[in-house]
Amino acid sequence: MADPRETRVLLEHAEDPALRTLAGYKRLVGGYATQEKAYRELEQDEILSELEDSGLRGRGGAGFSMGKKASFLPRGEMQKYLCCNADESEPGAFKDRELMQRNPHQLIEGIAIAALAADAGHAFIFIRGEYADQADILDAAVAEAYEAGYLGENILGTHRDLELVVHRGAGAYICGEETALLDALEGKRGNPRLKPPFPAVQGLYGGPTLINNVETLSNVPRIVANGAEWFRGFGTEQSPGTKVVSISGGVRRPGNYEVELGMSTRELVEGLAGGPLPGRELKAFFPGGSSSPVLTAEEGLDLPYSFEAMAEAGSMLGSGSIIVADDTVSIPHLALRTARFYHHESCGKCTPCREGTNWTAKMLERVVRGEATPMDLDIIASVQQNIIGHCLCVLGDSMAMPVAAMVRKFREEFEDVMASAPTAVAA
Amino acid sequence: MSPVDGQGIDNPKLPVDPALTEGRVPDRAPQTVPELHEVDCPAELRERIEELMSRYPDRHSASIPALWAVQERYGWCTPEGIRQAAAVMRVTPAYLESVASFYDLLHTEPVGTHRIEVCTNISCWMRGGDRLLEAFEAACEGEDADFFVTGFECLGACDIAPMASIDQRYYGPLEAAEAGVAIEQLRAGAEVLPEKALLERPLAGDTPAPGGHGG
Repeated sequence: MADPRETRVLLEHAEDPALRTLAGYKRLVGGYATQEKAYRELEQDEILSELEDSGLRGRGGAGFSMGKKASFLPRGEMQKYLCCNADESEPGAFKDRELMQRNPHQLIEGIAIAALAADAGHAFIFIRGEYADQADILDAAVAEAYEAGYLGENILGTHRDLELVVHRGAGAYICGEETALLDALEGKRGNPRLKPPFPAVQGLYGGPTLINNVETLSNVPRIVANGAEWFRGFGTEQSPGTKVVSISGGVRRPGNYEVELGMSTRELVEGLAGGPLPGRELKAFFPGGSSSPVLTAEEGLDLPYSFEAMAEAGSMLGSGSIIVADDTVSIPHLALRTARFYHHESCGKCTPCREGTNWTAKMLERVVRGEATPMDLDIIASVQQNIIGHCLCVLGDSMAMPVAAMVRKFREEFEDVMASAPTAVAA
Repeated sequence: MSPVDGQGIDNPKLPVDPALTEGRVPDRAPQTVPELHEVDCPAELRERIEELMSRYPDRHSASIPALWAVQERYGWCTPEGIRQAAAVMRVTPAYLESVASFYDLLHTEPVGTHRIEVCTNISCWMRGGDRLLEAFEAACEGEDADFFVTGFECLGACDIAPMASIDQRYYGPLEAAEAGVAIEQLRAGAEVLPEKALLERPLAGDTPAPGGHGG
């Protein structure tokens, strides 16, 4: 039995392993009926306006309107592409993994309908190489969908074609950035591209390309089936729908919970995830993956969990991944872990990110070794300011924002660590 | 006017010690695309890569999948394997090497038969990821090159922290003592920690609520 505080839409019947098969998907949730309706009865514009009216916001991190993004693709006779971003690599995020492994056909149906809306004839699922189990499950599901005529040539006798390829990456966080993903998919090193041109105009192989996250596309079948108004019945005005939230770190019941956006963050963290481990207290949390500025418990727990509330609090909902740090976690060490990750994953193309992540990690190492002085904290803060907005993509910003927030909100703790480390420099 | 204009490395104004550049002038022709008859590509590898290329509008897109195939065949992306893939794909080996060296899961150096990646990123670190990595390293210490153990960035399984990917399958949450058990199971060719496999886990919300009935 699911926890009654959840609202399972995308994860409906997800506990049943039969949902992974095409027969189970049809039997349990009436799968592929929406694709049949869309391919037989609906016009491209009808699907687009339904998606736009629904207010569905991208679930990969940026939160941009999915319908609007799809409408940016030019019309006319040309090869267009759809890429599903399944490179989920943001520390703290593991919801796409759950959606793909439990309900792969929901994603495939969503891709088929979105491809119709974008008039794309070729679609790809770019899945991170580490997700081997999930890629195997997708491969099997795609094969079933081809077999049943939901993919391939002349789909359901409608003279429409759609090729879908599951493409496994090989381990690089940067490939979750949409233009780096395109380069990786073209068989290159995953370096981001200069924007504009945006992928909607010039993307994969130079053609117009719609790129959406797994969870975003998984929402498409039900929106087209039940209508925009139905979707807006969940969540808030600016953040409609449900969200699969990944909660991890210092909580008693880490995992994925599907809830209506706008639910109280406290209910998510202390209710669903069971709150801090016995004898500990919640100190701070990342509300939207490791790239979101941390919020202290006092700042963040009583906010509604929505795009707008997190933005107002100076952070972001991002991919919807809460990482909880309890009172046993040293914030300077947490900052170092965060910085090391981005340093490792920086592709090296832009100087502020390549050098900024490197020096931030080195300076934080000095901080925890007690070799830094309080002035170093100001230098760390200024390095972050010099990264933000100065690169082709937001990888550098993704380190700069949380590290800057940690230094600002927990400065005393940094100073304590510097003073109490065994090798502390005499002041 | 640039100090190097016209005179190349013989320019006395060039702020480089000529001793450092000696012997480093390119003396070879640029790398070319190897011909199939020059490389001894196994038929099944060639067919596999050709099938991969046929899936994409542009054959270059098959480079990562082709390197996966090379790694599967030889255990790592060997220079010879890369040359074979390059010959099939009609690209230079350098091109495929540049791709292979970018990605953490493609190995351009020999690695063990069994690959163990232990997550040491934030959520796993908070729950003992570093200790788990040490336990895995200790469990294979002094052994032959069968095991390749490495710390890894977030593997996308923070719900089972601390966790490890063992031969591409996820296991967690792991106690440090289970590292030794897993290594023994791998040595014996037995199934690895079946009760800790990610795919067998229920959804978090379907498990007993903490403090609730049965929690």
